[in-house]
Amino acid sequence: MSHSSSHNLAAPGTPGRVCGTTGLGICLDAQKFIKLNAVVGIVFLLLGGIAALLLALTRWQTVHLLPADWFYRILTFHGINMLILWILFFEVAILYFACTTPLNARLFSKKVAWVSFALMLTGGVMVDYIIIAGKADVMMTSYLPLLAHPLFYLGIILVAVGTLVGVFNYFATLYVAKRDQSYTGSVPIVTFGATAAAIIAVVTLLHGAVVMIPTFTYSMGWTPQPDPAWYRLIWWGLGHQSQQVNVCAMVSVWYLLSHIVVGARPINEAVCRTAFVLYILFINLASAHHLLVDPGVGATWKIWNTSYAMYLAVLASMIHGFTVPAGIEIGMRERGYTNGIFGWVVALPWRNPAFSATVLSLLIFGFLGGITGVTLGTQQINIIAHNTLRIPGHFHVTVVGGTTLAFMGLAYYVIPLIFQRDFICRGVARVQPWLFGFGITMLAFGMSFAGSMGVSRRSWDIEAQGVYGPAAHLWLGVLGIGGVLAFFGLLIFALLCVGTLFFGAKIKDRAMTDWGTPPALAGSKAGSLAHDHYATKGTMVLTLVFLACFAVYYFANWKALADVWPVR
Amino acid sequence: MSLKPLTSPWFHAPAGYEKIWLGCAILWCFVMSLMMPYWHFRGKQNSTGEAYTVIPADFLARTEKFVAANRVGTFKGTTANPFMGELPLVEPPAGGDAYLIGRMWQWYPALRLRMGETYRLHLSALDLQHGFSLQPLNMNFHVLPGYDHVLTITPTSKGEFTIVCNEFCGAGHHAMSGKIFVE
Repeated sequence: MSHSSSHNLAAPGTPGRVCGTTGLGICLDAQKFIKLNAVVGIVFLLLGGIAALLLALTRWQTVHLLPADWFYRILTFHGINMLILWILFFEVAILYFACTTPLNARLFSKKVAWVSFALMLTGGVMVDYIIIAGKADVMMTSYLPLLAHPLFYLGIILVAVGTLVGVFNYFATLYVAKRDQSYTGSVPIVTFGATAAAIIAVVTLLHGAVVMIPTFTYSMGWTPQPDPAWYRLIWWGLGHQSQQVNVCAMVSVWYLLSHIVVGARPINEAVCRTAFVLYILFINLASAHHLLVDPGVGATWKIWNTSYAMYLAVLASMIHGFTVPAGIEIGMRERGYTNGIFGWVVALPWRNPAFSATVLSLLIFGFLGGITGVTLGTQQINIIAHNTLRIPGHFHVTVVGGTTLAFMGLAYYVIPLIFQRDFICRGVARVQPWLFGFGITMLAFGMSFAGSMGVSRRSWDIEAQGVYGPAAHLWLGVLGIGGVLAFFGLLIFALLCVGTLFFGAKIKDRAMTDWGTPPALAGSKAGSLAHDHYATKGTMVLTLVFLACFAVYYFANWKALADVWPVR
Repeated sequence: MSLKPLTSPWFHAPAGYEKIWLGCAILWCFVMSLMMPYWHFRGKQNSTGEAYTVIPADFLARTEKFVAANRVGTFKGTTANPFMGELPLVEPPAGGDAYLIGRMWQWYPALRLRMGETYRLHLSALDLQHGFSLQPLNMNFHVLPGYDHVLTITPTSKGEFTIVCNEFCGAGHHAMSGKIFVE
């Protein structure tokens, strides 16, 4: 193999640079597409965020801003932009990073990356246009027999195909990196987690193709209407699994940022990697969670798919929920912060926005998103939760408080390291994750409690029903205020990012300005706790508190279920 | 470390606190897995998904036959709901079958049930997907066109209950409702 065709970043003539902060090699092709995908992702995030503000101000019954038709239109727009466009674009950026820099490798193909980007962008603009034009008021799920304009389905298909092309570029890069021996040993955990995300993404997007192509041909009048129950089953193979892609990407970001900021390292790589494998193997039937009170699928099917698919994937999340904070605790203790059980927590760099975003993401995802998700996804408990506001109350603390917040944290390093500009208004940036995390938590509490009082999701108004009292109105108000706060957190983030791209101080041949990292204290030694299996006392206490919260919430819901009419 | 390739050997068995946590987590997942089959046999609230395929026009015909045979009066909407209008009030025989149609944008007809009796409640949609959401109890079931979803249900409390639609079904979705009275 000649050097000119080598994909090793160290090969002569390869377009690369050495990072002035980390000393790691950066492939300039990958850098270009990380920039493109991240920027477009943040634009879609802002669009989805503006939609979110309008929705929060409408469900806040006292304000009730939008008229009914625009509420449902904007709700469709919000779901597509947040759950599909923002997340997928940013994840492709993460994939391009994870397969190049940590492996010292060059991106497989610029052309393939361009094709992926063009397909995704075309599809995204197409979907957004057709929704705003009022031709696709069908919600993100577009449940048949609801029917949208064919461009709606075509746009989603283009986004999915474009993402698959990007994922292909990822796997091809992994292959050539291995072939050209750009690294030795096993891929680092960040790349391992990203690979798990990429594998699940392929399975997910194939489900999308299976369900969206016949729906598109039906919308064109070429084929008969697919069965609505079949549609739900396969669509959720896309809809729920895609959230597991987010979980994998988010967990990888936790490992990455906690390592960069406080020198965290997994105490046992074998355990962390096994947890990622559990995601790949056992999440594939998560589609069942959405069909727990559906006709046509029996109790055995529901129970089997819920516990088999879910609880081994839940186990994986519970493992990461231990190993990530344990890695942080080890990193801090090895730097000399050894006071008591929680001395290391006090010394953590809470003013570093990437770090606060990581920890808030971990806490919000675990304590709120995880506990509610498992409970609502319990076969019988779903009777008192299905399609109420409890459901968006759950997924706003997983995919927003969890994934989006972690990705925001990542941006506080991606922009200095990849775009090579220091952030503007650094004081504001330090507050941003707290504001966003607080707002989204408040929104989710409002949703969950209103949902517990029977308020349904996807509903423009609750007055016509005449059954909801002052408490439900109060919680919708909490939802509204939380939504407004979270929107300002998001807006500040977007303005900081865009402002930095234009006005941030350029970083050339120097390290980025430090956000704040805890220095190693005198006498401390990296790796000194490598063989102490009982060093993570604080994490052990925190995870046991988590388990207690989990058990209380879980059994309280069984009690609530026992109070409703007998039914089978 | 998280960013650098690992060199072998990196496989170690879990130990110490990590091993303890793994044990706790596996045990908890096991408890949650057992709760569902336990409740299926010992609990009273389950979704068995009993359903039969049905052509919407046939379901409408069955429902009209049910209404004609068991009608006991008329329910007039009292709220400002534009879609409720007047509904036939129907009392199915105790232990018998009751039919309920979801359509844009009402649940048809209104039902009167007896507390403590068990009914086979047939739910189906004529047009789009709808969500059967019984308030203020907050019991929720999914309703699909083409499927006769049978709930074997026993009212254990008296009063007026409202059926809200909780799956999006077009511009009037938020006002789609129905009534069940339990005496």
